[in-house]
Amino acid sequence: MEKLRILSDAAKYDAACTSSGVDRKSGPGGIGNSTACGICHSFAADGRCISLLKVLLSNACAYNCQYCVNRCTNDTPRATFTPRELADLTIQFYRCNYIEGLFLSSGILKNPDYTCEQMTEALRILRQEYKFYGYIHVKAIPGADPVLIARMGMLADRMSVNIELPSERSLNSLAPNKSKQAILKPMTQIRDGITENQTDIVRYRHAPKFAPAGQSTQMIIGATPESDYQILRLSEALYRKYSLKRVFFSAYMPVVESSLLPSLDTKPPLLREHRLYQADWLLRFYGFTANEILDEKTPNFNPFLDPKCNWAVHHMELFPVEVNAAPYEMLLRVPGIGVRSANRIIAARRTGSLDFDALKRIGVVLKRAQYFILCRGKQADAARLKSDNMIRAVLSDKAAKMLGYPQGEQLSLFSDPNLLTKEDIRKCLTGEL
Amino acid sequence: MPDRGIVEAYCYDGSFDGLLCCIFEAIAKKERPADIFSFDREQLSLCPPRQIETDPEKAGRVLRSIPKKISEEALSWVKEGFLSCHPRKESLILEFLRKGYKAGASVTRMLQDETVAELFKAVQFVGNETHLLKGFIRFSDRNGVLTSVIDPKNVVLPLLAQHFAERLPGEAFLIYDRTHGMALVHRPGDFRIIPAEDIEFPAESPEEAEYQALWRQFYKTIAIEGRYNPRCRMSHCPKRYWQNMTELSAIRS
Repeated sequence: MEKLRILSDAAKYDAACTSSGVDRKSGPGGIGNSTACGICHSFAADGRCISLLKVLLSNACAYNCQYCVNRCTNDTPRATFTPRELADLTIQFYRCNYIEGLFLSSGILKNPDYTCEQMTEALRILRQEYKFYGYIHVKAIPGADPVLIARMGMLADRMSVNIELPSERSLNSLAPNKSKQAILKPMTQIRDGITENQTDIVRYRHAPKFAPAGQSTQMIIGATPESDYQILRLSEALYRKYSLKRVFFSAYMPVVESSLLPSLDTKPPLLREHRLYQADWLLRFYGFTANEILDEKTPNFNPFLDPKCNWAVHHMELFPVEVNAAPYEMLLRVPGIGVRSANRIIAARRTGSLDFDALKRIGVVLKRAQYFILCRGKQADAARLKSDNMIRAVLSDKAAKMLGYPQGEQLSLFSDPNLLTKEDIRKCLTGEL
Repeated sequence: MPDRGIVEAYCYDGSFDGLLCCIFEAIAKKERPADIFSFDREQLSLCPPRQIETDPEKAGRVLRSIPKKISEEALSWVKEGFLSCHPRKESLILEFLRKGYKAGASVTRMLQDETVAELFKAVQFVGNETHLLKGFIRFSDRNGVLTSVIDPKNVVLPLLAQHFAERLPGEAFLIYDRTHGMALVHRPGDFRIIPAEDIEFPAESPEEAEYQALWRQFYKTIAIEGRYNPRCRMSHCPKRYWQNMTELSAIRS
């Protein structure tokens, strides 16, 4: 019990807890299956999904990374699971439908090879002895023998290597035992393993699968001085070069005192992390490039506007767009219209033209979208009569409060002299002021 | 034959076949019943409802016509719509099919249409609740049998059955739906859904308390204190599911 507490406590800073990307049925005498969409089993008090049993095999670590609770010079209780204990616990939790599978990571126990062998053994017991067909996400240990990593990949669904920090310089100063090379090497190996395996599967249908749910990575945000633009460019490159499924961001939580790090009372940059995820979504599903979202001149996110709105208010010349005619790619760029709404609009408009009421029935949220679209050549009444409200509508309630907007939608005839003028706010948001 | 317009309500036996027979009746006689309801639902109306007999042959004809004249997708809307908790699901399905027979396969894309949009919403709700429960169901081990209790708004057991049968093929398990008084019973190789009221469960196995304690421990530990966000938790995991979840049943916020 104490072991589980120590080892899940040490694992909680890993952001990834997804169980998606692979569809598999249970085999004879086995237990478990996997669904491509992934299943969340619970939500923790911080609102994050719990899908996998997220633990370390061991928090006894030989390394001394400054930002990490498990660094060897930190005075903290240590524990280590045996591979069998870990496999048994996974199966028990799985039977009760607590979890979708296992997310296994580890501190460096003795050396990378030994750690990797122990982790592989736990996976082997699960897959071969228990015939477990559920989801397994495993951390590749940088520096381990490629043969060991290859064996681990044949047992796991997803593999990941944490890139840890957004630049080589930060990595060198904070994680002296890790090098960019050592991190990128297993990443390359996993990528090549997956591609090679895909041609095998074409040739032999039953070829064993290497990490069928792909690979992901994670980096810490806010411990080091990189700009949002640098981080976004980096994740774009990771998606392209390493065909990653996901890049996760983790707002830096000060857990250890170090002269190289922000002080212990620093608040985690949650808004920044949120903006990065929003931008990450734009890269993956909305056809945006990093250069459209940020650039050298504005290297950081606008705290008041999400990245898509921010792009839209900078490109008002492209709006409004006609809902009944605009191509899918353009619908996706309308603030307030997401992938789902865009698909529904495309499907519905083939059966008849759409007006604003129809959009509402389809489930499109008009609060923001109405300022950027036309239906049959007409603007929404609210947008036409009170075009000033556009800026208020695209702001979140929190951002509006910070900028001094009155709460609620009340309009007063006499504007408050202390209030910024609408024009000022527009300029401030678009960066002209 | 001209449309007969609105006629008295239909009353059927509550089965899916029964509903299909109501559809047969309404379409064949070109009329619109004021309402369609199952016999066990109390109704206050001025004129007595018409009893619709369940005839497997008529039901089969309607069932086969849907994929043939509309689409497979429309058929799955009808099946899942029937499981929904929408108070007027029967009339909604009838209206939807009437439009479907006219428009063909495109009917499931006509989301701007009120009837279609409303049925779509109901079907989505059924799907969403099913998906959530695939994760939120908690089994406890009682003498080797895994048992679970749920209080869903929609009838989700038929949609959950396949998933859990594939997931735990070697286990004997039971999921009891308290809202609708039915239970999914699975033995290796076989499952069925039976009506059930007030099931008495055998005592929990001795190891069960230990797993539960471990799971609660894990649940508490995995949250990062600095990111405490109860509203976010509640929007992803609505409170009405908490009472049956091991790790949340004791938490009040």
